[in-house]
Amino acid sequence: MADPVLMLDAVTKSFGTTVVTEVIKGVSLRIERGEFTALVGPSGSGKSTLLNILGLLDRPTSGRVAIVGEETTTLDDAGLTRLRGRSIGFVFQFHHLLPGLTVAENVMMPMIAERGRTSKEMHPRAVRLLERVGIAAKADARPAELSGGQQQRVAIARALALDPPLVLADEPTGNLDTKTADQIFEVLREFNRELGVAFLIVTHDPRLAARCDRTLTLVDGRIVSDVRIAAT
Amino acid sequence: MPISWFLALRFFREGRMQSVLIVVGVSVGVAVMVFLSALIDGLQTSLVRQTLGTQAHIVVRPPDEVARPMLTPDDGSRVAVHVERSAQRVRSIDGWQRALRTLATMPEITDASPTVSGPAVALRGNASKAVMLQGVEPDRFARIYPIRERMVQGTFAPVGTTCVIGRELAQDLGVSLGDKLRLASVGGVSDVYTIGGIFDLGNREVNRRWVVVSTRSAQTLLDLVGGVSSIDLRVREIFSAEATAAAVTARTGLVAESWMQTNAQLLVALRSQASSSGMIQFFVILAVAMGIASVLVVSVVQKGKEIGILRAMGTSRRSVLAVFLIQGAMVGLIGSVLGTAFGAGLGALFAGLVRNADGTPTFPIVVGLPLVARSAAIALGTGVLSAALPARAASKLDPAVAIRNG
Ligand SMILES: Nc1ncnc2c1ncn2[C@@H]1O[C@H](COP(=O)(O)OP(=O)(O)OP(=O)(O)O)[C@@H](O)[C@H]1O
Ligand SMILES: [Mg+2]
Repeated sequence: MADPVLMLDAVTKSFGTTVVTEVIKGVSLRIERGEFTALVGPSGSGKSTLLNILGLLDRPTSGRVAIVGEETTTLDDAGLTRLRGRSIGFVFQFHHLLPGLTVAENVMMPMIAERGRTSKEMHPRAVRLLERVGIAAKADARPAELSGGQQQRVAIARALALDPPLVLADEPTGNLDTKTADQIFEVLREFNRELGVAFLIVTHDPRLAARCDRTLTLVDGRIVSDVRIAAT
Repeated sequence: MPISWFLALRFFREGRMQSVLIVVGVSVGVAVMVFLSALIDGLQTSLVRQTLGTQAHIVVRPPDEVARPMLTPDDGSRVAVHVERSAQRVRSIDGWQRALRTLATMPEITDASPTVSGPAVALRGNASKAVMLQGVEPDRFARIYPIRERMVQGTFAPVGTTCVIGRELAQDLGVSLGDKLRLASVGGVSDVYTIGGIFDLGNREVNRRWVVVSTRSAQTLLDLVGGVSSIDLRVREIFSAEATAAAVTARTGLVAESWMQTNAQLLVALRSQASSSGMIQFFVILAVAMGIASVLVVSVVQKGKEIGILRAMGTSRRSVLAVFLIQGAMVGLIGSVLGTAFGAGLGALFAGLVRNADGTPTFPIVVGLPLVARSAAIALGTGVLSAALPARAASKLDPAVAIRNG
């Protein structure tokens, strides 16, 4: 059997030096290739903290994290950065596009980071991705000229720039109205179906969670339920 | 294009107002530096040139005659109690031709002009003036002093019974080109000379006192047949004249006095000018460095979130570091190019405004390649160095924290 895209083993995370608060209290988890998973839970339960650890943006206090079979505990910062760039796409609640770059350049950013330099074929590749999310016409616009939904589409195109096996999304629709949120959710779902990309989506919206294959519930730093819905 | 250059250029363009302001700041700093350096260099060059226009770089003379008190051999008590310096008789350099040959072998010395000089009186009708006879070989003399370019009337050809005098002396005596003049030495020898040329060496005292004649004439008048009283030297490197003079003394046993010794005060002035200009430059560099650093520090704080996102997207720490170093270097380089142009323009403007009565610039302001290269290097170095701290801070940002705090 192939390696899961993500495997956590007894991961904990504490903050603070004088007053230590344990935010993640022992999470073990596997996410298989192509899984479309929702992560839900009350505010402050540690969802974003957990996502940062999965995304290799932060190191766990204890426990192990493996991405596509690669153990990360022993990697240095440069190693983590390389693995992160290659294997994980991010979509944040706020689009977090770089305002000084055009839309296409924003989508090119992970490619540029991976190569260490710009190159000619990156722009057409970015435009093709923008076509998939339906806003190729805005390729040369600045992010500030787009609507919230459009910005989030660009962010999704950027997350998928390097065909990562896993995309982590922290409340990707949290900032959008219901109709736009549904559309964005559909875009994610399409990438999942067509390219087999695994998604882990943090959401407060039970309607959207219900449309995922699997729902993880985090309460007070522990996974209290893990429900798989049979594919319809 | 490497990722760091790509991002540095985009950030630079994005923060347009900031970028323009800091570049203008650096330019002004560099302009001040370039202008001031050029100004002070020009001032010094012109001062030195003016001074050396009427002075040989080194003058070689016979050793002083030591006046010894006479002692009685048995008890050591003095016979002559009051000792006078020996009389101001014009003395010849012993073996001056040998000395001249020795000097010719010294690579530092480019020209040597044996001179027979001594006091005399110039007479014309009722007027008489104390003057300084300069008996010279015209061609050698002209290589030491810029006299050929400084002739106001006639030519510089002090041969036979032709003499060349200064403008002030001509006025004092009421003589002009072609007039006759009687020159009489202190020893009572005298002869009549024709004025073949009138010079203006730019120094009143020299114009009033010097009477240039042939070596032979001076030797006759001063009763110094076959001898010369001093040798004027020109050296390759004027600021090493002192050392060269010491070498001359060591090689010939003669007294050699450099212009640096006779103009000690001027040298002190030049040195303090140079050091004050150094100090101004230091503070300009400091101000430029702080300007660049503060703009970049603000930019790192403003861009904290974006840096976090870039890191999340696989951008390495080293690339982030390079982005800000490059920005510092760009600001430094653009600033130095604009600043040098601006400083050179200021210099040209200034040189145009401050002119002598005859319309020539008072002093030359030359913005030379070494000066340009030096200020460019300083600006570039300052840019990179002042960017180092903010760049390090940027590369150390924790992406998780940066994104959350955004
Ligand atoms: N860097 C940190 N230092 C100290 N405490 C932190 C840090 N990061 C998170 N926390 C704490 O950990 C807890 C969980 O935070 P987290 O952001 O993971 O919750 P969340 O589930 O994402 O909440 P929300 O649904 O509101 O986004 C909070 O109490 C928060 O204050
Ligand atoms: Mg959160």
